[in-house]
Amino acid sequence: MSTVQTTQYATFVVDDLFFGIDVLRVQEVLRYQEMTRIPLAPTVAAGLINLRGQIVAALDMRRRLGLAPRSAERLPMNLVVRTEEGPVSLLVDEIGDVLQLEPADFESAPDNLTPSARELVRGVYKLKDRLLLVLDPDRTLEVNEFLETRPAGSN
Amino acid sequence: MREFLLESNENLNRLDSEIPELEQRPADKELLASVFRTIHTIKGTCGFLGFPLLERIAHQAESLLSLLRSGEKRLSPRMVAVILECVDSIRKILGNLEATQKEGPDEYAPLLDRLRAAIEYPEDVPELPPPPAEVPAEIERASAVAESAIRVDVGLLDKLMNLVGELVLARNQVLQFTTQKEDGALTATAQRLNLITSELQENVMKTRMQPIGMVWNKLPRLVRDTAHACGKLVRLDMDGSGTELDKTIIEAIKDPLTHLVRNCCDHGIESQEERVRAGKPPHGVVSLKAYHEGGQVNIEVADDGAGVDVARVKLKALEKGLIRPEQAERMSEHEAMNLIFLPGFSTARTVTNVSGRGVGLDVVRCNIERIGGTVDVFSTLGKGTVIRLKIPLTLAIIPGLVAVSGGETFLIPQASLLELIRLDGDCAGRIERVHGTPVYRRRGRLLPLAFLNQVLGLEKAAQCDVVNIVVLQAEDRQFGLVVDGIKDTQEIVVKPLGKQLKGLTVYSGATIMGDGRVALILDVLGVGERSGVLANRGAQDRAATQTLAAAGEDNQRMLLFRAGSFSRLAVPLSLVARLEEFPQAQVERAGGHHVVQYRDGILTLVSLASVLEPGSPADTALTNDPIQAIVVADGQHSLGIMVDQILDIVDEAVAVRQSTNRLGLLGSAVVSKEVTDFLDLRAVVEAAAPEWLGRQAANRAAVVLLAEGSTFLRGLIRGELEMAGHRVVEACDATEAINRMEGVPITAVLAGSNLPPGGYGGLQDAIRQRPNLAQIPVVELAASAGRREEMLTSIARLASAVATREPAIPAGCVEGGE
Repeated sequence: MSTVQTTQYATFVVDDLFFGIDVLRVQEVLRYQEMTRIPLAPTVAAGLINLRGQIVAALDMRRRLGLAPRSAERLPMNLVVRTEEGPVSLLVDEIGDVLQLEPADFESAPDNLTPSARELVRGVYKLKDRLLLVLDPDRTLEVNEFLETRPAGSN
Repeated sequence: MREFLLESNENLNRLDSEIPELEQRPADKELLASVFRTIHTIKGTCGFLGFPLLERIAHQAESLLSLLRSGEKRLSPRMVAVILECVDSIRKILGNLEATQKEGPDEYAPLLDRLRAAIEYPEDVPELPPPPAEVPAEIERASAVAESAIRVDVGLLDKLMNLVGELVLARNQVLQFTTQKEDGALTATAQRLNLITSELQENVMKTRMQPIGMVWNKLPRLVRDTAHACGKLVRLDMDGSGTELDKTIIEAIKDPLTHLVRNCCDHGIESQEERVRAGKPPHGVVSLKAYHEGGQVNIEVADDGAGVDVARVKLKALEKGLIRPEQAERMSEHEAMNLIFLPGFSTARTVTNVSGRGVGLDVVRCNIERIGGTVDVFSTLGKGTVIRLKIPLTLAIIPGLVAVSGGETFLIPQASLLELIRLDGDCAGRIERVHGTPVYRRRGRLLPLAFLNQVLGLEKAAQCDVVNIVVLQAEDRQFGLVVDGIKDTQEIVVKPLGKQLKGLTVYSGATIMGDGRVALILDVLGVGERSGVLANRGAQDRAATQTLAAAGEDNQRMLLFRAGSFSRLAVPLSLVARLEEFPQAQVERAGGHHVVQYRDGILTLVSLASVLEPGSPADTALTNDPIQAIVVADGQHSLGIMVDQILDIVDEAVAVRQSTNRLGLLGSAVVSKEVTDFLDLRAVVEAAAPEWLGRQAANRAAVVLLAEGSTFLRGLIRGELEMAGHRVVEACDATEAINRMEGVPITAVLAGSNLPPGGYGGLQDAIRQRPNLAQIPVVELAASAGRREEMLTSIARLASAVATREPAIPAGCVEGGE
């Protein structure tokens, strides 16, 4: 497991949460891209983007974590993650630095995390000034169970 | 080594078609020479690469063939069998080689003995010593062809195709830009790019084209084996084996085609005696035909057998509950014939090892439709049957119609497009309604309509006078899709949607438009089904479906509350007896439960959090605050469900958004604009007080079959029924209901009035037709059962129906049905 050795994490911010994801899983980071929304799709699937000719689904991390929606004037960033079925983009608020972290600072996720976040978090790194939540990319992308129609006109 | 395997497999496939042919025409020198050459090649390569076993088998087979070739022996059916056995053995050894690099442990001594016997003992004396054949010239010609062709990895071709797809998209973008600029040189260059791209696309497409003969090669062998197994004489004719199709399509039609041909041999062609009795030649003929027509390939699988007995098809469909009697009467012969493609249909009286095992023609139709093709059947009783497949040439790049709805751009595959209708001015009023369903009179016939905005939940377009109807064909039915606007047609490259969106049946993929934006490609079948225009046959059924949808969203009173990590849970208020608040001090422990003294009795309390999250720390509810409890009761029992906080009681329409397998929950829905989990009260009671439900079941032993199409309604009503003490067996449509009834002794049936396919009446008819089931009372579940009063009325009627019936069967028998 990557959490045992020193690992590099690409970091990002969603609402007031500070996340890290194994840097090897990250394909690239993009500023806001124009999206085509997908009627009837779960709200998590914010839309489709054109990534140099490849069609990539964008998942809204705020929705995925059950957080309040982003204010309209604030455009999300795309964190494109590699998966076996091709890239998927995570919409996040801000992109941070790549950090090299020591296993000694690692601890499992605290119980008081919101349930929807706890499900996706492998653990926590205690940094000097804040906590970094380690995101499990595979669980994050498992949105099959969310698949059903969203009620008409709720977009 | 890989080359060798590849080549040998190709050769073996050729033998599969040549040897049965040779059996038909034993005197054909060229054919014999070709077979001989193939075996010889395999033998030569084996010796070279050092596979002794393979070489020995091939050598013996070659010896036998050389005797045949020189005319010393004549081909007998036994020889054919031995040679085919050789081919199979060689194929098996090659398979071992591919997997393990070894020839494998199997012994082929008996086969070799038989080969030797066939060579040494003259069983047939040659009657016609044939003239020596001119073989060498043939060989030279063949090798010349081989030199001008090279083997290319399919993966590389796929990649080329993808790249050309990208190029087409880039070209579309460039062309769009040039229309905005006034620059002669740019326009000329763009035109050239356009031409070259089109040509490149066409040629790359050709590299992926394969003659349909690739699939047909295997069929002579299949026909021979199947005919032997059924004891019939069948000849296979093939016409148009050079017709070319894209490789992916060839792959996709392989299985359906094999199934159809096998079906012809097994069911189509009659036995020899029957044929002679009918005045036909004893040899049955299965013929395959392939030809291009209008940018598509037609493939016909025909037999000269007994034909499809329409009356029997109808009877069978009625028996299986696939259609209703009045439907059967109205049905045209052609429509009835197409019933054979319905799932669960098989007219074969007996199950043979060849067909009739349930993997039927519905799978064939499904597979063909998946690649955008269609299946049709034509038959004359006593004369034979023709099944015609229409297949697109390629899947990767297709022409599509660009349509706009709710401000979004969508693409509609042109293959499904029949015509475009534009109604403007006063004509817009010509959309009429039959029982709430919009229809349009197209040349005197009613065309059901679906509004894309509504189907996809998009905003309505601003009021305008023009109505655009896209007439589409899905399966054997047509419907009109109303869109806000139609732009033009475009070559589109279909790209799949990711895993996260697989469940959306209304889209078949997405593509990139000329302006670089992503646009969704509509799946015509999925859109039709979702809108309800294809869900049922006949206008009444369609109307019924819409009522059902409305019923599912009918207003309902719900109690909202919070427990543990579930911040928003709901339960229908109808299931709640009372809401209570107990001071912490009143809670006592008895028999391992928390209890309170309550109305001269003892009320057991259960912490909902501990039921829903078994691992979580128990008793978190026991703080100093008073305890909030939801009391459920049925007159004899009551149970207090401890929750953290009662939030609200709301009265609104609900449609379940998703179901869940999680214990204790039915699913979730949006209630008052927030996602809310629906509590499965039955599961909670079962977990907390199992003796309650158990005792009830033993008391009354009424088993109720709940037949209802909506999962959500089923979940709700099941809760009510079980709280009322019934055991419940569920079914989502009439077929399943009948199956359940056949399998489990049922006391009474509660059937949704819109139960697919034929509604409540359809199920009732189907039950009445079965003498063993006809006595079982059937109660109709009111159409808007989402409303509590109507639901309770239905259940009360059910209860009186149950009361008049002896509890036939002890409760223990029910287990298997759930």
